Amino acid sequence: MAEYVKMFVSFFKIGLFTFGGGYAMLPMFRKELIEKNNYITEDELMDYYSIGQCTPGIIAVNVATFTGYKVRKTLGGIVATSAIVLPSLIVIMSIAGILDMVTNNSIVEHAFNGIRIGVTVLLFNELIGIARKNIKNKFQIGLLVMAICLLFLGASSIMAVLFAGIIGGVRFWRMEK
Amino acid sequence: MILLLLFYEFFKIGLFAIGGGAVTIPFLFDLTEKYDWFSKEQLIDMIAVSQSTPGPIGVNMATFAGFQTAGIGGGIIATIGLVLPSLVIVILISKILRKYMNSPLLSEIMLAIRPVVIALILFASFELFVLSITSWYRAGFAVLLFVMVWFYKRSPIFYILLSGVLGVVLKL
Repeated sequence: MAEYVKMFVSFFKIGLFTFGGGYAMLPMFRKELIEKNNYITEDELMDYYSIGQCTPGIIAVNVATFTGYKVRKTLGGIVATSAIVLPSLIVIMSIAGILDMVTNNSIVEHAFNGIRIGVTVLLFNELIGIARKNIKNKFQIGLLVMAICLLFLGASSIMAVLFAGIIGGVRFWRMEK
Repeated sequence: MILLLLFYEFFKIGLFAIGGGAVTIPFLFDLTEKYDWFSKEQLIDMIAVSQSTPGPIGVNMATFAGFQTAGIGGGIIATIGLVLPSLVIVILISKILRKYMNSPLLSEIMLAIRPVVIALILFASFELFVLSITSWYRAGFAVLLFVMVWFYKRSPIFYILLSGVLGVVLKL
């Protein structure tokens, strides 16, 4: 029980203190899931993002479900998913009523301008860390360049992920031979 | 009845929107044409608010749209509907992954996908950059903040709160 509560608090915090969703949530995921609680490894977080990109639904929620399942099976998945969603429910429904007050307030506006820059800086910092760890050989550099080109040319993220997956499969098959 | 319809529509969005929050937006616009739950103008406001409130944007929009349509019950039902398909699918995938975790083919595939995830993070940071750093003043603040993040390893929560406070103080 204590484990579920701890996990709930962890994902609730992630939901409450991340702005922007998706990849902007990476720094918080790392802090809470890898550094603080040892729920998953660095590699697993990357894998969850790549699979979460290709499965239906919201990516950050998918990452939460994956992690919850890894820690405490199906019930863990449900607890983690509910916890990451709950702050949205509470915040949005409390704000919806006083929307005009919030959107037309210059203090709130300045705070959000600052927060947006903060989120950008944190994600950029994250990007450097992850790239350093995962881009080490020519094969990986090649894949990175290919992915950037594909995305730049307008390919969807799912297509880029699937394409790289096929390359990985073919490479494995050729190494076997 | 309206709650059932909300659940059905958002379950559909959760099932067919592959690729995350932004992908749900066109589905929400379809809803404005199909029902008189909320107008296109209201939807645009909802998107703006969902981007600047905590939590995943897709979840925020579902809660907002549900709340706008049918109050607190609507907000809860729409959110559950959105999340349920992926919850079931991801748990199923987890079960399969567990079985093939040690397969060398699978790990080779996942290894090849990792650089793509990095490219996706790069694109996401670029999008955030364009959105948030719109003047030299803000760029200066970003550089300062980056130096702090680089040298003083504090939690992301600390930096989120700090940048909010500094945003007000420095009138960013």
